[in-house]
Amino acid sequence: MAEKAIGRDIAPPDLRAKITGRAKYAEDFRAEGMLFAKLLLSPMPHCRVRRIDPSAALAMEGVVDILTADDPMMPEITGVAAEAALTNEPLYEGEPVLAVAAVDETTAADAIEAIRVDFEPLPFVVDPLDSLRPGGPNARLDGNIQWREGQTREIREFKWTDDDFDAAGPDRLPMGEPQVEWNVGDVEDGFEDADLVLEETILHQSLSHHPMEPRSCMAYWQNGKLYLHGSTQSTARTHAALANRLGMDQSDVVLVAEYCGGGFGSKISSAPIMDVPAILSRKTGRPVMLRINRYEETYIGRGRPGFQSFAKMGFGNDGRVTAIDLYIVQDAGSYGSSGDFNTAGTVASLCYQPENIRFRAVSVYTNTPPRSAQRAPGGAQIVAMLEPIMDKAARELGMDRLAIRQVNAPGPDGWLGANQGTLSSCFAREALDLGAEVFGWEERTQLSATRRGTKSIGVGIGISPFVGGSRGMDGLLVIRPDGKLYIHQGIGNLGTHSIADTARAACDVLGMDWNDCEVVWGDTSRNLPWSSSQSGSQTTHAHTRANHAAALDAKGKLQEIAAGALGGSPDAYDCADGRVFQAANPGRGMTFAEAARRAIDMGGRYSGHELPDDLNPMTVASANNLAGEGLMGVSRDNYGGDGSIWSWVMGFAQVEVDVETGQIDLTEYTGVTDCGTVLHPRNLAAQIHGGAVQGFGQARSQKWVFDPQWGVAFAKRFYTARPPGILDVPLEMGWAAVGEPDPQTPVGAKGIGEPPIGAGAAAIASAVADALGGQCLCRTPLTTDVVLAALTGTEQPYRPLETHV
Amino acid sequence: MAVIRDMIPPCELFQPASIGDALNLLDQYGENSWVLAGGLDSFDWFKDRIKRPEAIVDLGGIEELSGIRADGDGLVIGPMTSLTEVATHPDIVGRFGLLAQAAEHVATPQIRNQGTLGGNLAQDTRCWYYRGGWPCYRAGGNICYASAPKAMNAEHCVFGASRCVAINPSDTAPATIALDAQMVVTNSSGETVYDAEDFFIGPGIDIERMTVMEPGDLLTAIRIPGTWAGADFYFEKIRDRQSWDFSLVTVASAMRTSGGTIQDARISVNGVAPYPMRLDEAERAVIGQAPTDDIGVAAGDIAIRRAQPLRHNAYKLPLMKNLVRRAVRAEV
Repeated sequence: MAEKAIGRDIAPPDLRAKITGRAKYAEDFRAEGMLFAKLLLSPMPHCRVRRIDPSAALAMEGVVDILTADDPMMPEITGVAAEAALTNEPLYEGEPVLAVAAVDETTAADAIEAIRVDFEPLPFVVDPLDSLRPGGPNARLDGNIQWREGQTREIREFKWTDDDFDAAGPDRLPMGEPQVEWNVGDVEDGFEDADLVLEETILHQSLSHHPMEPRSCMAYWQNGKLYLHGSTQSTARTHAALANRLGMDQSDVVLVAEYCGGGFGSKISSAPIMDVPAILSRKTGRPVMLRINRYEETYIGRGRPGFQSFAKMGFGNDGRVTAIDLYIVQDAGSYGSSGDFNTAGTVASLCYQPENIRFRAVSVYTNTPPRSAQRAPGGAQIVAMLEPIMDKAARELGMDRLAIRQVNAPGPDGWLGANQGTLSSCFAREALDLGAEVFGWEERTQLSATRRGTKSIGVGIGISPFVGGSRGMDGLLVIRPDGKLYIHQGIGNLGTHSIADTARAACDVLGMDWNDCEVVWGDTSRNLPWSSSQSGSQTTHAHTRANHAAALDAKGKLQEIAAGALGGSPDAYDCADGRVFQAANPGRGMTFAEAARRAIDMGGRYSGHELPDDLNPMTVASANNLAGEGLMGVSRDNYGGDGSIWSWVMGFAQVEVDVETGQIDLTEYTGVTDCGTVLHPRNLAAQIHGGAVQGFGQARSQKWVFDPQWGVAFAKRFYTARPPGILDVPLEMGWAAVGEPDPQTPVGAKGIGEPPIGAGAAAIASAVADALGGQCLCRTPLTTDVVLAALTGTEQPYRPLETHV
Repeated sequence: MAVIRDMIPPCELFQPASIGDALNLLDQYGENSWVLAGGLDSFDWFKDRIKRPEAIVDLGGIEELSGIRADGDGLVIGPMTSLTEVATHPDIVGRFGLLAQAAEHVATPQIRNQGTLGGNLAQDTRCWYYRGGWPCYRAGGNICYASAPKAMNAEHCVFGASRCVAINPSDTAPATIALDAQMVVTNSSGETVYDAEDFFIGPGIDIERMTVMEPGDLLTAIRIPGTWAGADFYFEKIRDRQSWDFSLVTVASAMRTSGGTIQDARISVNGVAPYPMRLDEAERAVIGQAPTDDIGVAAGDIAIRRAQPLRHNAYKLPLMKNLVRRAVRAEV
C-alpha cells in the first residue's frame, strides 16, 4: 500500500521550475504586438485633477493610447470607499491617475513625463488623531470614517471634542466616542477585582507588504474573451472578482496565475490595477503589459493598518486576567474597510480569556496608501502590543512569564470575541508546554537581564493565534484512463505549497502513490473548482476538506463500478495503489485506469455528466468541461462543524541588547504550533520561520515614514523601509508542532500561514523588554534610536503616539 | 512634468580604456558628464531620473584604476578596486585591517562585489528629501526640508549643518581619515593630492558636493601610508538591520599604545555630519592616557560637545559618545 502522503516531506510540483527560473511569472509573458503601459502617479497626498494635457505625449512616435479615469471603457466601481484603478481625485501620494500605452516601455515612460496635469491640492491628513480633532482635516471630501450599521455603509465625518483631547494630554490616547464598542462582562468590575492594574499607551506602525514580485499584469483579448496574466494569491476568487469588476461573465475571462512571488494578504483577489492592462488592451486591440516596479509597488501594494491605542489590564494575584480595556484608533489608509481593529479585539479576548473586556475603536481614513489584510491582520499587531504587558504583569506579580500565559490561555472550551464564539479545537496550552521544553524556557530565563560584556540578555515569549480555516468549498478531481489522479485546485500558488499539500488529502483517501497524482492549478482555462481565497489561513483547512470530500465521492464511485463488474457489495471494496479491489480478496479488482474507462462508458454521475446540486457555478462550469474524461470525484465540503477554526504559534526568542549602542542581536528563536495534523513538516517549518522573520521586521526594523508637513512617503525603497535581512535572523531556528488533529475536520489540519508573524514580533518585543529589565517600550518598530533612548535615559525621538516615523 | 521613477532613461554611455580618454570626455561634456564607478549610487539617481547627465563615463574599462599595490611601506589602491577585494586583500587585512573592516560593512556581498572603493568614498548623501528629488539647497534650490519643524530627520546630522543637514553615508570614508590616507585627484591640468580629511567637504564649502571633486576631476588613487600599519584598530557601524543598511553612526579609529598609554590616535566618525569627522579634540584627550573606560567616556563627552541635534536625532549623541568610548576602551 502506498505510503500516506500526509505528514511527509515531498517536494512540491512547481519547485524545479522556480529554482531553475523556468517558472513564468506575470511579467515574463509576451504576446505578439504587445504594448507596454506606464502609470502617472499623483504627486500629492490629496488633490483633484483639473486638466490633463496629453497632447505632447500622444504626438510622440510609438505612443498608442492613453487611459484616464474618465475613459468610457473604464468599469464603474461602486461601493463605499471602493477603489478604482485610476482616479481624478487621488487620495494618497502615488495613486495612479492615468496610464499610457506605447510600443515599448521607454517610450511609455517618456510619454508620461511629457503629460501635463493640473492638480488642485486638497486638504490632507496622515495622522488619524489629527483627523479626529474638531475641525481637523478629512482624508476624503465626504468624511473620515466608514460608518457601518446593519447593512448600512456610508462615509461620515467623525470628530471628537476638544475636551476629549484635553483630558488625555499630548501623550495619552484621547478616547472620545468610539465607532465600535463591545463588552463582555463589566471591565470596571474586573478592575475592582484586580490585584494589579497596568495601563499603557501603545503605538503600532503601519507596514508595507513588500512582496518580492510586484503586481505586474498583462492582458489581451481574443474573440471577446479576456486573457489576463496576473499575480494573485487566489485563482478562483480573483477570477470571479475580475469578471465582476469588468462586468463580464466569468466564462469570458481566462486568468493565468500559476506562480505568485508573495502576497502576504496584498493580493488576495483582483488588484484594482489589473483593470489598466485589461481596458487598455480592449481599447487598443493589442496585448498590453503593465510592469509594476518597486517604487510603484510600495504605493499601490497595500499596507498593514497601524494602531494608536490604549490598553488597560487587570490581573488577580494568580495572574488571571480579570479585565481588558482596549481602545484602538486604526489608520485605515485611503480606501476600503480594513477590519484589523476588530480582529485585534477578538484576538485579545482569545489569548487571555479575560473575565471582562471592553473593546472600543475607531478606524480613520488617512491620505496614505490603501490598507488591506497583511499576514494575521489585527492579530500580529495586538500580540506584539499586549505580550510585553503580560511580561510586566508577571514581573510585578512575581510569576513566571510562561506561567501567566498558561493561566490565561484557552483550552478547547475557550471563547472569543463580542459574541463569545467557540473553537473547533485548541491546544494552546500544549503548545506552550512543548515550547517551554524545546526552547529550554526554564534554563534560558535564568539568563534574563544578565550581562555578557556590554550586552544584556533578554528572553521572550509571544503567543499568536489566528484564523486557520473555513468550510464549504468545492473539491474537483478526475481519475483518467491513464490511471492518474488529477486534482484541480482553484486556490492560488502563493508560495505556501498549498496547491500540492492540500491535494494530499485526496491522494490518501484513494490510497494512491503521490507520484500518480497531478495537481492542476493556476489557469482558469484548466477547469478549476470554486475555492477559498488564499487568505485568512483558510486554505489548508478548507481544501484538505474539499479534496477529502471529492476523493470520498470518487472512492464511492470506484467501489460501485468494481462491485457492478465483479460482484459483491461496494462496501466490500477498498482502494490502494491505483486499484479498487475486494478487501477480502485483493486479487479480485481492477485498476483505476480500467475503472476510469468504465466510468466514461457509464456516464451520469460517474463521468461528471450529473453533478451534485450544491456546487458553486464555477465548479459546475469546470466539471461540465471535464465531464466524460474519466471518473469524476466532485463534492462540496459538507462536513460542517462548530466553532471557529484557529491555529497558534508560540514564539520563544533570546536577544542580546547592547546597552551602549541599542543594537539588538536575535540569537535564538523557536516557534511551536498548534495547527492540527501536520501535512508537510518541511513546509510547516518554512511557514513558522518565514512568518517569524517577517515579524522580526515588524517589531524591530520595518518603517513606514511620512513627512507630516507634505504628506508624502519616504520609506518606499527596501533600504529605507528596512524589512529584515538574513543577517538579522539566527543561523538556526527551532520549531515543533503539537500535532493533535482538529477533531472537527477529517484530515485534522488547520491553516498556519498567519500566526507565525505575530509570534515572531511578540517574542522579540518581549525579549527586548526583558533585556531592558522589564521596561516596556510600547511602540514598534524597536529601532536603534528608540532602544538607545530608553537605555541611556535620554528623550525618546518620538512622542508616544507619534505615527509614520 | 509628471514623474517617472525606477526606470533609467536612454543615455549616452562612454567606456574609455585610459585615464586620459576619460578626462577628455569629462572635459568635453563638463557639467553634463557623470563619472560612473560601480553604479550603486549612480543608478539610483538615473533610475529616478533626477540626475540626467548627457554623457556617462564608465570607468570600468580603465585597468590602471584597479588593483592594490605596495608603495614604500604603504599601499596604493585603485579607486575602481571592488569593496570585496578591499575587504579581503591580504595586505589590507593584515596591515590596514581598519579599511578591510569598513569595506566589509558596506551593504551586501553583491553590492560589495559591484561597488568600488572610490565610489564608496565619493558617494552622494542619502537624505531622503534630496534623493526624492525635492528642490532643496543641495539640489540647487533655496530650502532645507529636512530641518523644517516637522521634518523626518532621525538619520540626519548633529554637526556641521550649514543650510543642509544631510550626512555622509560612506563606511570607508572614516577609515581613510583614521589611516591618514591621501586622495589623488586628477584632471586635465594635472594631479592634486588631498589628505582624506580635506577631501570630504561640508555644505559650508560647497552645498552641492560631498568632496572636493568638481566636474572634470577623477579620483585616480587612494594612498595609504605606512604610518598606521599594524596599529590597533576599531571599527563599528550601527544600523537598524545588519545588511544593506546605511550607518546611523560609525566610528573608525587607529591607535598606537606603548607601556599602557596611548602614544598616538586617530578617531573618525561618520553619520553625524555632512562629512566624515576627524575628532581631533578627542584624540588629544586620549594621547598620553591609558585606554580605559573612563578615558573613553571623557573622549566621548568631548566628541559630542557642540553637537546640535535636530527634532528626531538626539539619540546620535549617546550613540556617538559610546562609539568613541568603545574605540578608546577597545585597547584595554
